[in-house]
Amino acid sequence: MAKKTTKTSSPVLPDPTEIIEEILAKYPNKVAKKRSKSIVINDPEEKSEVQANVRTIPGIITQRGCCYAGCKGVVLGPTRDIVNITHGPIGCGFYSWLTRRNQTDPGPEGENYMPYCFSTDMQDSNIVFGGEKKLAQAIREAYQIFNPHAIAIFSTCPIGLIGDDVHSVAKEMKAELGINVFGFSCEGYKGVSQSAGHHIANNKIFSNVVGLDDTIRDGKYRVNLLGEYNIGGDAFVLEKYFEELGINLVATYSGNSSIHDFENSHTVDLNMVMCHRSINYIAEMMEIKYGVPWFKVNFIGAEATAKSLRKIAEYFEDEEMKAKVEEIIAREMLEVEKALKEVKPKTEGKLAMMFVGGSRAHHYQELFTEMGMETVSAGYEFAHRDDYEGRHVLPNLKVDADSRNIEELDVQKDEAKYRQELADKKAGLVEKGYTFSDYDGMMPEMKKNALVIDDISHWEAEKIIEFYKPAIFCAGIKEKYVIQKYGVPLKQLHSYDYGGPYAGFKGAINFYNEISRMVSATIWSKLKAPWKNEPVLVGKFADAPY
Amino acid sequence: MRKVAIYGKGGIGKSTTTQNTVAGLAEMGKNVMVVGCDPKADSTRLLLGGLAQKTVLDTLREEGEDVELDDVIKEGYGGTRCVESGGPEPGVGCAGRGIITSVNLLEQLGAYEEDLKLDYVFYDVLGDVVCGGFAMPMREGKAQEIYIVVSGEMMAMYAANNICKGIVKFAEAGEVRLGGLICNSRKVDNEEAMIEELAKRLGTQMIHFVPRDNMVQRAEINRKTVIDYDPSHGQADEYRALAKKIDENKMFVVPKPLEIEDLEKLLIDFGILN
Repeated sequence: MAKKTTKTSSPVLPDPTEIIEEILAKYPNKVAKKRSKSIVINDPEEKSEVQANVRTIPGIITQRGCCYAGCKGVVLGPTRDIVNITHGPIGCGFYSWLTRRNQTDPGPEGENYMPYCFSTDMQDSNIVFGGEKKLAQAIREAYQIFNPHAIAIFSTCPIGLIGDDVHSVAKEMKAELGINVFGFSCEGYKGVSQSAGHHIANNKIFSNVVGLDDTIRDGKYRVNLLGEYNIGGDAFVLEKYFEELGINLVATYSGNSSIHDFENSHTVDLNMVMCHRSINYIAEMMEIKYGVPWFKVNFIGAEATAKSLRKIAEYFEDEEMKAKVEEIIAREMLEVEKALKEVKPKTEGKLAMMFVGGSRAHHYQELFTEMGMETVSAGYEFAHRDDYEGRHVLPNLKVDADSRNIEELDVQKDEAKYRQELADKKAGLVEKGYTFSDYDGMMPEMKKNALVIDDISHWEAEKIIEFYKPAIFCAGIKEKYVIQKYGVPLKQLHSYDYGGPYAGFKGAINFYNEISRMVSATIWSKLKAPWKNEPVLVGKFADAPY
Repeated sequence: MRKVAIYGKGGIGKSTTTQNTVAGLAEMGKNVMVVGCDPKADSTRLLLGGLAQKTVLDTLREEGEDVELDDVIKEGYGGTRCVESGGPEPGVGCAGRGIITSVNLLEQLGAYEEDLKLDYVFYDVLGDVVCGGFAMPMREGKAQEIYIVVSGEMMAMYAANNICKGIVKFAEAGEVRLGGLICNSRKVDNEEAMIEELAKRLGTQMIHFVPRDNMVQRAEINRKTVIDYDPSHGQADEYRALAKKIDENKMFVVPKPLEIEDLEKLLIDFGILN
């Protein structure tokens, strides 16, 4: 693929060396040394290294979540027809209940358990005497009430501490009830961030769900979209494009998804990876076992969407589809350009920064570039080095003790189900210069001198706001109000606040409008009360009356 | 009321020593409560004449919120009040958390109320201080004085030293202090002198040397303390002496745990040189 062209010829970014020094000066020596490796001045030519996926330093206010959040909240949460039971005290289940704004469409007859919150609600005596019996009882109850196709168990911290064996309970219940029951050892303390939970979720879905249904579904072409979570309806926008192209989207992992689709998802001709961080494991394992090739796509940004659609049509080497893609692009770009023309006077030249997720901080830069805005600083919460620097660093990644704690599945080729024709197709395309299993990361696409910060802290955010005075800051709910107190509007890129969809062409237009509204708001200049700037009354103390 | 906790390596004879000593205190007319903090619930067997106790946690599980003090406290030898905290089957749940729950419940139910006129409460705690739960009796002023049962065997001394580390941790924040080492003899060479020296190095005292005598075993088979089973036996006098020393004890310290090298050197000096 051709390298992305820079759309605006904006001036060179300021050198942030001074602000880095100021940030680090406040830290104790050891902390400063460690943090300095995660704060890097970008140079697209130099290929600098970023320290990522390492433990947060205790005492630093981090953006990160826990392993349970990554497994239950992110990866499995959006699947509507699995009864997801949180095994633990009630808080973990309650606070992960519908908080990510994942939408789903069960259809008129479809099963949908997402509006429910299932938990074993462990009490003191369950901690003391073990909670396995209560868990088994909860599974039975859920089965009796809802009769679901599958039940999943998510372990919270105390489960690991007291040693409840959720996997043996799952096995017993599977035998007793005759439905698929599987458990995740995703105790919150595992790993250094929610990233561990993504990996654990990928592993279990791959070993206990994928491959259960070999039916070849209708359609000339079948694909999966991996790492698209249907926040604010993103997946709904994309589904329409695939429909128009005559592509059967078998499974989305896991926005607007059904376990039936996961079971069948190994039968596709192609895996498209959207969020590389959270889902690359399944893409890799599916290729090894079933021969399904994968490549990276990005549907955030109109140009990125166009590029991804073209790449798909090229993969299928289908002239009719290629023509259809061009038709869609031409049609949609008309609207996109119209919208851009309106917003650009308000957005052009303004600065943005974003610290979010494991791919969002990269993808959304596309949209800002389209609006003529400059991303001066960006970083991820829980990504690894490959998400910053590209997959070429994978062989050199240091595997530390925290990562070793996460099971790595030993996947073998399934001789009966392996699709040799797909492997051959891939080999042929590679010869023509087509790229697979590709992700070049965020940094090559960022400008020289842009400031890259992994696992940013509140202190660091405060300092770079002072330095750059951005027009907008993108992160999540934990940062929102802190940042806004500095007079900078914050757009949530986890939940989209109350907005969305932002994917595809339609979504891009929504985003342009939202950002132009936010950066044009004058309220931020009025944060400081007038009497803080100048006294309202002038007077002096009177002489004491007595 | 004095609040005493007995710690020591597993199998060292904590429960036996505690109950025999408590029998001695009871004989002196003291009003004593014993709280067994071991999931096996065998800390009050000799005082009650058998495993007749329903544990706090079992009661809590079966009765729910409506637990009465009388449901969990039984009267044993010499009017002693006996409680077993209980806990899960081996290999499940969290016994440490169980002890926390159980001790809190006893407090809530008023097991230590002034009008009960208790002179002593004894916590008999399982094994080493393996986790936060088992350290519970040391925390938040639940026990003020600790006695460690030890012998001249290396692992017992090693455990005693480790328990001292636990005491230091909680002594800094609270009022728990070490009252002394109780040497429960295993007939190791030079045992008495060695434990005296260990006590000195830890900054405490060997409060009593309990000689090894088969009478203890015989009384145990009969589900009784020695004082109860054969009051005139010499071993009964040993426990009376220990009870008296504890009753008169004024030496309460924050111990100074030894480095492992020093502990091993102590063993070599006393065990091998002779």
